[in-house]
Amino acid sequence: MSTDILLSIQGLSVSADGKRILDDISLDIPAGETHIVMGPNGAGKSTLGHAVMGDPSYAVDAGRIVFDGRDITHLSPDKRSHAGVFLSFQAPVEIPGVPLTSFLRAQIAGRQGIDMKGRRFKQRIAELAEQLEIDSSYLDRELGVGFSGGEKKKLEMLQLLLLKPRLAILDETDSGLDVDALGVVSRGIEAYRRSCEGTLVVITHNTRILENLPIDAVHVISDGRLVESGPAALADEIDARGFERFESGKNLAAASADVRDSLHCDHAEDGLLGEKRAGDCTPADIR
Amino acid sequence: MTRKRTEVADIDRSMYDFRFDNACERVDAGLTPAIVEEISRRKNEPAWMRAFRLESLEAYHAAATPDWGPALDGLDMENIVTYVKPDTEQKSDWESVPDDIKTTFDRLGIPEAERSYLAGVGAQYDSELVYHSMQESAANMGIVYSGIEEALTGEYADLIRSRFMTLVPPSDHKFAALHGAVWSGGSFVYVPAGAKLDFPLQSYFRLNAKGAGQFEHTLIIVEDDADLHFIEGCSAPRYNVANLHAGCVELFVGKRARLRYSTIENWSKNMYNLNTKRAVVDEEGSVEWVSGSFGSHVGYLYPMSVLAGAKSSCTFTGITFAGTAQNLDTGCKVVLAAPETSAAIQTKSISKGGGISTFRSSVVATEAAHGASASVSCQSLMLDDASRADTIPAMDIRCKHVDIGHEATIGRIGDDAVFYLMSRGLSEEAARTMVVNGFADPVGKELPLEYAVEMNNLIKLEMEGAIG
Repeated sequence: MSTDILLSIQGLSVSADGKRILDDISLDIPAGETHIVMGPNGAGKSTLGHAVMGDPSYAVDAGRIVFDGRDITHLSPDKRSHAGVFLSFQAPVEIPGVPLTSFLRAQIAGRQGIDMKGRRFKQRIAELAEQLEIDSSYLDRELGVGFSGGEKKKLEMLQLLLLKPRLAILDETDSGLDVDALGVVSRGIEAYRRSCEGTLVVITHNTRILENLPIDAVHVISDGRLVESGPAALADEIDARGFERFESGKNLAAASADVRDSLHCDHAEDGLLGEKRAGDCTPADIR
Repeated sequence: MTRKRTEVADIDRSMYDFRFDNACERVDAGLTPAIVEEISRRKNEPAWMRAFRLESLEAYHAAATPDWGPALDGLDMENIVTYVKPDTEQKSDWESVPDDIKTTFDRLGIPEAERSYLAGVGAQYDSELVYHSMQESAANMGIVYSGIEEALTGEYADLIRSRFMTLVPPSDHKFAALHGAVWSGGSFVYVPAGAKLDFPLQSYFRLNAKGAGQFEHTLIIVEDDADLHFIEGCSAPRYNVANLHAGCVELFVGKRARLRYSTIENWSKNMYNLNTKRAVVDEEGSVEWVSGSFGSHVGYLYPMSVLAGAKSSCTFTGITFAGTAQNLDTGCKVVLAAPETSAAIQTKSISKGGGISTFRSSVVATEAAHGASASVSCQSLMLDDASRADTIPAMDIRCKHVDIGHEATIGRIGDDAVFYLMSRGLSEEAARTMVVNGFADPVGKELPLEYAVEMNNLIKLEMEGAIG
């Protein structure tokens, strides 16, 4: 039954500034499942998340994106959001002068079931902040301004739990977090799954965030292509051996340095994902 | 989207564009001594004021039109009726104000403001003060708030005569001279020594007759150790004939006194806003300007602070929004004329749809300004490629021991910020409006809440159809 597929990416090719970043990607995510997208830095993982959300920085050259049976390839990001797509940003933006609570209110405005007013809204935000161990004083701040990397990620989780989208794409949500923050974020993801039988696409080049997550499938992207899909065990294999075998043959010289970096990162033994040495790896996929 | 794009050139300003056809007396168009005398005669003014007007008229005809700023070609003085008298006499309570005028004020939100906490309301309908009230508490403290015309013959007549247009003399520039000749209406506030008013006084000005100019005069005297917040709000309906606003504000701040002067101006898009505002501050006194400039076709506005007493200070917080067909030249002037004076200037400008926003500032430190300091910060946001933002800071430093700093940034709204907000369900217009409101927030924070809300609404209105 095709209705079981919540997100269907069909032959998607994407470029930015005339440079091809994703090449003929096809991927089906059934409703309620948790899929992992892995790959070395610069492979195009983040681009995939952004393309599904409708980032105008990327041009769709071929293929289409179908969400819940509806072609959303050419929908604006706000319409995709209202359809039920959510992207947790790797680097949430800072917007000076915009109170965080105003932003949260604007998000839920007009959404059936979660649009709430006044005291109920404040209560809900306070509950979520407590659950995610966010200091309530942060709620009075300006959007993103003065937040640490970990606090920004927690706020992304807060919005995830507030909006309860049908599909949540988490783009490197685990990067830059210390163990405590990682635990909070993991619990947030679990709460999302439980509260609304949410569908998850977790983009990561690390496996620690996956430890408590029931994984339905793992997809490996390398050099803009989907090179392998498999069961949860695939993540364990990558954890042990890195991405080397996915890059045979058509390895790009330009990417090789990044790949080495990412291998190094993936095998970091300190266990503190947020404490890599400067220069060890680039925190973001090249967009 | 196509529909919205057409709105860029013609933003729906219906909320602010309303007028009533009211039977009014008019004097003939054009500026002659006979007209000026007629204005003075109708007002039953003292002889000195009539002489003052006639001298000012001569200065007006002698002075050259400014050629250093936005073009004033569209301003045809012969077509501007300088004085329009509404049918109503001055009223002191809300109930007796005629219904159509009341409705206009309703839509401006005055009654609500009054109900909440404001002290006195003097609102100008056309060129005459029609409504004026003041709460007991202000009067009990000896604070005078009245129409300036009635004050010309009252208890403070001599005080007004000794101060009127001494800060902004008619010889200052062409439009100051014009103001001296044809000024009409406005406010007079006198705060005696030591009096501190803990709520703002507020006035609204309206310009509601086709082709009518508005030349209100505001004179505020805050004596030593006194404290006042005065709020001036303006909005005007739109007409096709070039309209001129050449008001004048003179503020006298005593020793250790404080005066905050807040303005939100929202003129119709055919208006030439050539307003002159000036303050002189005595020892350890301070003047705080908060200025929001919206609307008007052309604007020249540079509130000036003369820091005449040692350790006196000023702050200026301003925002200017220049949309399609608008050329707004705004900023401020400071004269550091005494030791250890200080000035802090923070401005924001937004330009959109081909609008031009120019920040022009002048900081002068005289030889007496030993230990003085001034900081000037100017941030500009351009919303599209067609718009323009300029910064013209001038500094004239005649004293070695001063600390003067200037910084300016010009930027655009980041695509990443817009995408982030849209990914959470905000429309592109809502996302951009949110970023712009955030940019304007430091100004909003300086305003009383209801004015901050009004400013946000004005920005929202200006942003409508901004997405092309």
